[in-house]
Amino acid sequence: MTPPDRLPGSKIPATRVGFGMARPGSNAAGPQAPEEAEEKETLPPDARIDLAKERAETGIDDVFNALDSELVGLAPVKNRIREIAALLLVDRARAQFGLSTSRPNLHMCFTGSPGTGKTTVAMRMADLLYRLGYLRRGHLISVTRDDLVGQYVGHTAPKTKEVLKRAMGGVLFIDEAYYLYREDNERDYGQESIEILLQVMENQREDLVVILAGYKDRMDAFFVSNPGMGSRIAHHIDFPDYTLQELDDIGKLMIRAEGYKFSPDAEKTFREYLNRRMKQPRFANARSVRNAIERARLRHASRLMEADKPVGKEELTTLSSEDFLSSRVFANSDSARTSDDSLTE
Amino acid sequence: MRITQGTFSFLPDLTDEEITKQIQYALDNGWPCSVEFTDDPHPRNTYWEMWGLPMFDLTDAAGVLAEVNECRKAKPEHYIRLNAYNANYGKQTVALSFIVQRPSEEPGFRVERQEWHDRAIRYTLHPYAADKPHGQRYQQNGQQ
Repeated sequence: MTPPDRLPGSKIPATRVGFGMARPGSNAAGPQAPEEAEEKETLPPDARIDLAKERAETGIDDVFNALDSELVGLAPVKNRIREIAALLLVDRARAQFGLSTSRPNLHMCFTGSPGTGKTTVAMRMADLLYRLGYLRRGHLISVTRDDLVGQYVGHTAPKTKEVLKRAMGGVLFIDEAYYLYREDNERDYGQESIEILLQVMENQREDLVVILAGYKDRMDAFFVSNPGMGSRIAHHIDFPDYTLQELDDIGKLMIRAEGYKFSPDAEKTFREYLNRRMKQPRFANARSVRNAIERARLRHASRLMEADKPVGKEELTTLSSEDFLSSRVFANSDSARTSDDSLTE
Repeated sequence: MRITQGTFSFLPDLTDEEITKQIQYALDNGWPCSVEFTDDPHPRNTYWEMWGLPMFDLTDAAGVLAEVNECRKAKPEHYIRLNAYNANYGKQTVALSFIVQRPSEEPGFRVERQEWHDRAIRYTLHPYAADKPHGQRYQQNGQQ
């Protein structure tokens, strides 16, 4: 019995597109490619496009405003993101004229010390690319080596593919990506994971954007040993360490967000605290500031409890200098702060 | 004979683009998708073989379609279907299931009559493809 090519009463022609699946020996993109091309209407060559209006329509200014208000400093990073956004916007305009529209390579690498806002910027970036139409969903999947690399032979590929599937349509953010490659162990499964990543980064560029993140020097070493990875990443963005003034601003921003404020002398102490903390090991920029404020809140709370007095709004919202002075940072220093030493543990 | 099982089976075969839209619809409803294949399309054969595990936590159709394509590559002459499972309490069932690939030639079914007692006749369906052993069905000429 031969299969009927036409269903009873239907007007569908006998030669169907079928499932559009790639049968062995047939061209997979064959029947569908021309249809897509027809859908896009090209503008006449003398048309004008208002870039400012395009920009307003995509709503990317919201993203920039969020970046500016949420992230202190990071001027080079913000500039770079503006440049990328401008490029993509112009590319969109070019596409409307039917000019060459090869999808730009959007994979990125964020390098910088811990706590410099790499994850936050990656989230904003996902939102930005989504608004510009370069991502279909705009979600961010944040993974580390553990999520990609398996524990035994044959475990890595399914694990990596699983993560890639979840990231489709969004951004795959690989934190501390250099751990994927261990040069001391040639049989490490990380290599397998890198190969799958490379393949997807190359072949499914329209489906997802990969952002690698980590310390600058170690990322550089990673790219040296994986040249394929380095060449597939178009944008290398370096996150500078925060200056004292920027950290101070970040701290104030955090405090305000939590509904606290500094007493006049606490402001000075906080700055001094940051100054000292910056010189100590394991300083993690904004993350250390957050931790410092968390601990100050802790001391503030126990101070109020011990005082055993009725408290008003003023007391509940004001962090005073002693909340910071009892920190280890001041205790370990040998600078001449004799008057404060009585307050340290 | 064209097998009509599952949703959309009376429509012309869906293109990849249409399949993507259906997958996206399922994912937007929070239904995880899974891919299954078989070479025994008897209407009462409800349990097809699983192509990997059901795919949870996906948000975009591209990942599911990639699995469908993987399965097509490995099983070019099998029936492949896509299931979307609604796990909500009170439903807990397949919410959408449609065929995404069929063999290039579908020989169909024959009716079998069985003599029963008192000259009664019992009827049943037998797929021509099932005359061959499992794994050798729906092979194209020259392919062994």
